[in-house]
Amino acid sequence: MGGKALGMSHESNCTWLHLDQLGLTEGNIRIIDAITLKVGAGRTAILGPNGAGKSTLLRLMHGLLRPSAGKLHWPQTLSQGMVFQRPVMLRTTALANVAYGLKLRGVATKERQQRSMTALARVGLADFADRPARRLSGGEQQRVALARVWALEPQVLFLDEPTASLDPASSREVERIIKEIAASGTRIVMTTHNLGQARRIAEEVIYLEGGRVLEQTPAESFFRQPQTTAARSFLQEETP
Amino acid sequence: MHEMTTSLALAGELFAQGDSQLLAIVLLSLRVSLTATLLACLIGMPLGALLAVGRFPGRRTLIVLFNALMGLPPVVVGLIVYLLLSRAGPLGQFGLLFTPTAMVIAQTILIVPIVAALSRQVVEDAWREYREQLRSLGANRLRAARTLLWDGRFSLTTAGLAGFGRAVAEVGAVMIVGGNIDGVTRVMTTTIALETSKGDLPLALALGMILIAVVLLINIAAFLLRQWAERRWG
Repeated sequence: MGGKALGMSHESNCTWLHLDQLGLTEGNIRIIDAITLKVGAGRTAILGPNGAGKSTLLRLMHGLLRPSAGKLHWPQTLSQGMVFQRPVMLRTTALANVAYGLKLRGVATKERQQRSMTALARVGLADFADRPARRLSGGEQQRVALARVWALEPQVLFLDEPTASLDPASSREVERIIKEIAASGTRIVMTTHNLGQARRIAEEVIYLEGGRVLEQTPAESFFRQPQTTAARSFLQEETP
Repeated sequence: MHEMTTSLALAGELFAQGDSQLLAIVLLSLRVSLTATLLACLIGMPLGALLAVGRFPGRRTLIVLFNALMGLPPVVVGLIVYLLLSRAGPLGQFGLLFTPTAMVIAQTILIVPIVAALSRQVVEDAWREYREQLRSLGANRLRAARTLLWDGRFSLTTAGLAGFGRAVAEVGAVMIVGGNIDGVTRVMTTTIALETSKGDLPLALALGMILIAVVLLINIAAFLLRQWAERRWG
């Protein structure tokens, strides 16, 4: 305890993901530019302007993209899940959508149904179990996506702008669910454009610009006193 | 013009009487082409899905090949199957030439590329949308192909339908491998071709109208199914 950064938990927690000179180049463009980073916080927000490489960084961490340079190092193997900005729902019921992830992991039918129902109930959609998932509203679909990933009980959950296409009420609900998932012990890494949301959820902020990490600070001090001028002007522009 | 109206009237009579010869021809047509369509779907849809999500050498070549084979001339397919099934051919021992089975084989070969190419398109579009989500949930490519086939089941009816439409309407292949034998391998299209050349227009016309009606009805049914599915499942 009691590291230099105000005793925040990211200093006391051990690093669970280590990026070493991680880079991704497409054509001649460096989308991610030699990022070296230790992620140890329970709830991390990746912030930065459009095109900073936030989503790409998240995909690299999750393994959806292969880095063109550098390495990702997981000190211990952690199960992962990801929630996307636009949820992908299969043409079946909400319950079957949640069960699909469990099915891929070979969970037996009965247990699968049980765990899926529990997960749906946790996101407040128990009554929607038999509804066709694609006919649900955007906010409800995102909650089904959260239930789907929650049912898998991942140790790390990546969220890419999970509320960007939602109305305020749905956003609040999704935020509540994210907090609950975090409270259940899952490490959260999310990108967001919503600074209020980042402030409410994150312990630590990674500030990204031009594919580089300009800042990694405890959320509380980031919002109070960003260290770089870039982050400072970003905060000024983004704050209404 | 006079001949046309007389023929139409006679065709109407054939219908009204429920002519047994007519019925047998229609039923054989449907049996052969529906079986061929079913087989082509069983082969072509998984094939199309694998072409869509797979990553293997020669994939692009195969895609171009299947697209090209969509335009396969029925007579050429008929000729090839004829050579395979004829007594001297490699499959001659089974004695399949001039049987409905031979016709099913020929039509299946004819429409597998159609079903595969159209299925590939459907699955590839879905793959673009679902790819990251499915991979994130831990689906490998084979599993993803299965999931996408199931998920695209309503769109895929179009692929099956295109195959059926082609099968039921072609003359060349069934004529060559079936032989147009009365009461055995005579189907709607071959009868129309024969009767027209013989000058028996009423039967030809009656069959022509039934053929159009069958294709129309199946298309309407598929359209309604897709509409229902769209409303039900989104």
